[in-house]
Amino acid sequence: MHTFLGIDYPTMWFLIVGALFSGYAILDGFDLGAGAWHLFFKEDRSRRIALNAVGPVWDGNEVWLVIGGGALFAGFPEAYATLFSAMYIPFILFLGFLIFRAVSIEFRGEEPMKWWRNTWDIAYSISSAMMALLLGVVLGNVLMGIGMDNNFVFTGSWLEFLNPYSLVVGLTTLALFMVHGAIYLSMKTEGQLFDKIARLLRRSIRVFVILFVIITVISVFYFSHLTDRFMDKPILFIVPALAFLSIANVPRLASKGKYVRSFIFSALSISFLLILVAIELYPVIILNSADMESSMTIYNAASSDKALGVMLTITAIGFPLVIAYTVFVYRTFWGKVKLDETSY
Amino acid sequence: MEVEILSRLQFAFTIAFHYIYPPLSIGLGLVMVIMEGQYLRTGNKEYETMARFWTRIFALTFGIGVATGIVMEFEFGTNWAKYSRYVGDVFGSALAAEGIFAFALESGFLGVLLFGWNRVKPQVHFISTIGVFIGSLFSAVWIVVANSWQQTPAGYHIVGEGMQARAEITDFWAMVFNPSAVDRMLHVWIGAFIAGAFLVMSVHAFYMLRDRYVKLSQKALKISLIVVTVFSLLQLVTGHQSADGVAENQPAKLAAFEGHYPESEQGDLYLIGWVNKEIQKVKGIKLPGGLSFLIHWNFTEPVAGLNAFPEDEQPTAVNTIFQFYHIMVAIGLLLIAITLYGTLQWWCGKIFKQRWYLWILVFAVFLPQLSNQVGWFAAEMGRQPWVVYGHLKTADALSESVSSSHVLFSLIFFTLVYLLLLVLFIYLLDRKIKKGPYDESDIDDRLKLKDIAVQLEKSKS
Ligand code: HDD
Ligand code: HEM
Ligand code: HEM
Repeated sequence: MHTFLGIDYPTMWFLIVGALFSGYAILDGFDLGAGAWHLFFKEDRSRRIALNAVGPVWDGNEVWLVIGGGALFAGFPEAYATLFSAMYIPFILFLGFLIFRAVSIEFRGEEPMKWWRNTWDIAYSISSAMMALLLGVVLGNVLMGIGMDNNFVFTGSWLEFLNPYSLVVGLTTLALFMVHGAIYLSMKTEGQLFDKIARLLRRSIRVFVILFVIITVISVFYFSHLTDRFMDKPILFIVPALAFLSIANVPRLASKGKYVRSFIFSALSISFLLILVAIELYPVIILNSADMESSMTIYNAASSDKALGVMLTITAIGFPLVIAYTVFVYRTFWGKVKLDETSY
Repeated sequence: MEVEILSRLQFAFTIAFHYIYPPLSIGLGLVMVIMEGQYLRTGNKEYETMARFWTRIFALTFGIGVATGIVMEFEFGTNWAKYSRYVGDVFGSALAAEGIFAFALESGFLGVLLFGWNRVKPQVHFISTIGVFIGSLFSAVWIVVANSWQQTPAGYHIVGEGMQARAEITDFWAMVFNPSAVDRMLHVWIGAFIAGAFLVMSVHAFYMLRDRYVKLSQKALKISLIVVTVFSLLQLVTGHQSADGVAENQPAKLAAFEGHYPESEQGDLYLIGWVNKEIQKVKGIKLPGGLSFLIHWNFTEPVAGLNAFPEDEQPTAVNTIFQFYHIMVAIGLLLIAITLYGTLQWWCGKIFKQRWYLWILVFAVFLPQLSNQVGWFAAEMGRQPWVVYGHLKTADALSESVSSSHVLFSLIFFTLVYLLLLVLFIYLLDRKIKKGPYDESDIDDRLKLKDIAVQLEKSKS
């Protein structure tokens, strides 16, 4: 088996796909979160500022989902095929909300009428929230595992995805993104709107922490497969510890007005939580809830070493470029939002 | 069975809808690069005004293109799970390359292209426009490579048997440069340039007819007329190249294009016709031996017809494929006529005076759109019953765990959502066109450039 930096290719790709999805969660996370808050702002001008805070970047953020999806397809075709066909309905709904969201951003500012803007505001906000929720629900199902036969074909029923555990994971994801989005908006706004967001931020952090504690408790008591690894290797507890520390830092820094740092910590919290998920699963990529022993692992889901090697080269060339564009765009639009004639 | 029909319908519907927008975005990208380049070269404000105007329309086509494109990417997994397992090893690298090289470039610079007019220097803005344009070209490269690999697989081997069989990549560059990739890439690019430039012509011809923005429109018309004339002629060349490739690599498809049934006889070329499946003959106007001539440079050389292939390896909807293919070619020839006429008139200094010709330009915008659609339909239906040519049948490529009620639900869902999208697209396009290139000062509270300058001054002091 080929290795890169001493890590075998499938593991390497597990890390890359994971990194791409955390990149997605960090970037689109804040604009989905900002969208979920949208209806909390009442005046047209506030809504416009909030919308234009994400205006130039949301599309670039969504590309991380596209790249992550492509990398999953390329690296682990079995996992891509099984996951998307098993979660057919949630993914179709997710795509529907994604379309509505993109369209609302685009269309809201096109007409001055109040009813027009309100309609798109509602569509934008609800679809942002639903996307975050559905992502969390899918994550919840991945953590619990799904029923599969020997060929990794999903055997469960389509309604199974709506179970209490996954719903709580969904709500937690929504709350986390809303915290993250509120911090982003604090960096981009001033005056009354800014004060309002600061209040909302404090409340949402409390909600997130409560939900997170609930998930932890359920996981420990009902889904022991998720915690076994930590019992075996206590050193791993360092990851949840780091996650807690960085979450705690978020409100601390925000209350001191250090929003950029607070944003960095909320981004870090998201990655630590996803690292936690990765540790719980690895080397499994999709758990078989019918029979844990015959789960899909990265080794039986991965593409050939040849394909993984080719894509490693592609990533090595492409990734620095992606980072460079991202930095360029964020630098161009750095600072508080100013509306002008090119704004939404 | 039912799942198969529904899934194919859904794929065809969603991709055909998606493919309304990419050609416009790619083609407008080219035109915008030229306009902005002209502005930087000449310093004439009119070029900047038109570039800004087309950027606003570009935002619209691009936005819908992105939203409907993400649907496509995930549809492979939701509806074609067997297919994804089978091709992931090969196909995945093309899709991943598309995301990382193309989409990231496009979307990264898009923000600056749309919102950066007052924030960055004109040169930097120009670079962003070029970045978005090149990004959209690349995205077409990778997706067409992936699709061409399905049509003419190369650089792979099959491992496993029966249910477990799948393609594994052996040679990346052979996969990328598979036999049909280059021809089809050029053909698709050019089809997109034509589509975008025809939209520009249509709108500015309309302004001319209404006596609005006449000077600016003349300039824009000239730019787009050059683009379409050059590329309509080139499209004939790349189309012929593609047909040559099809004759060599997918003979059953070529036979369907021309409704050619006999196992091995001289092949005719039809201008128009109707395929009668019962008697396996085509009725219509033909050039006897034309097909043989195009392939072998000899009017009597036999060409393999549909009957040379086993029944279950022939495309079924032969007449439909025949019609689609012929509509595309007919439109291709028509476009050459329209654009050459325009160029000739321009040469004689008369082009902008003939109202009937301007009206033709207004409505001609639908021709390249139609041509792009039927071209894809002919290419994809002609590939049937294979999804990966010679290896995997469409019927064996479905998701095992998805039932017909699921697909029915999603099909209805997408139909409703896309109809709404189409209505909104047309409505907004119409509004932007009516508003024209100059009316930037909006009904609402958007700041003017002057106000921004004042604010900047204040914040500095
Ligand atoms: C000839 C070109 C072409 C073709 C055949 C396709 N696309 Fe497309 N696609 C583009 C050209 C394009 C583009 C020009 O890059 C887009 C269209 C909107 C836009 O204007 O960018 C785009 C957008 C786009 C996006 C969103 C990218 C983003 O977030 O920026 C995705 C995920 C896809 N496409 C995926 C697909 C898939 C899976 C296809 C086939 C089944 C497909 N496209 C056919
Ligand atoms: C954008 C232009 C495209 C158009 C208009 C188009 C059109 C179609 C149509 C009409 C079908 C249904 C065929 C039938 O049921 O007889 C189809 C099927 C399909 N196409 Fe394409 N296609 C396009 C691009 C692509 C690309 C770029 C890919 C892959 C990279 C692709 C992959 C497929 C697959 C997997 C199917 C389903 C299986 C099948 O029915 O053959 N298509 N397409
Ligand atoms: C002028 C005469 C033309 C000829 C002889 C021609 C020929 C062809 C052939 C043979 C194919 C099938 C290729 C394959 O299946 O591999 C094709 C496909 C296609 N054509 Fe044309 N074409 C012409 C004009 C046009 C025009 C004017 C447009 C659009 C503006 C267009 C757009 C397309 C598209 C989008 C496809 C599907 C993608 C592909 O397979 O390349 N064609 N054409």
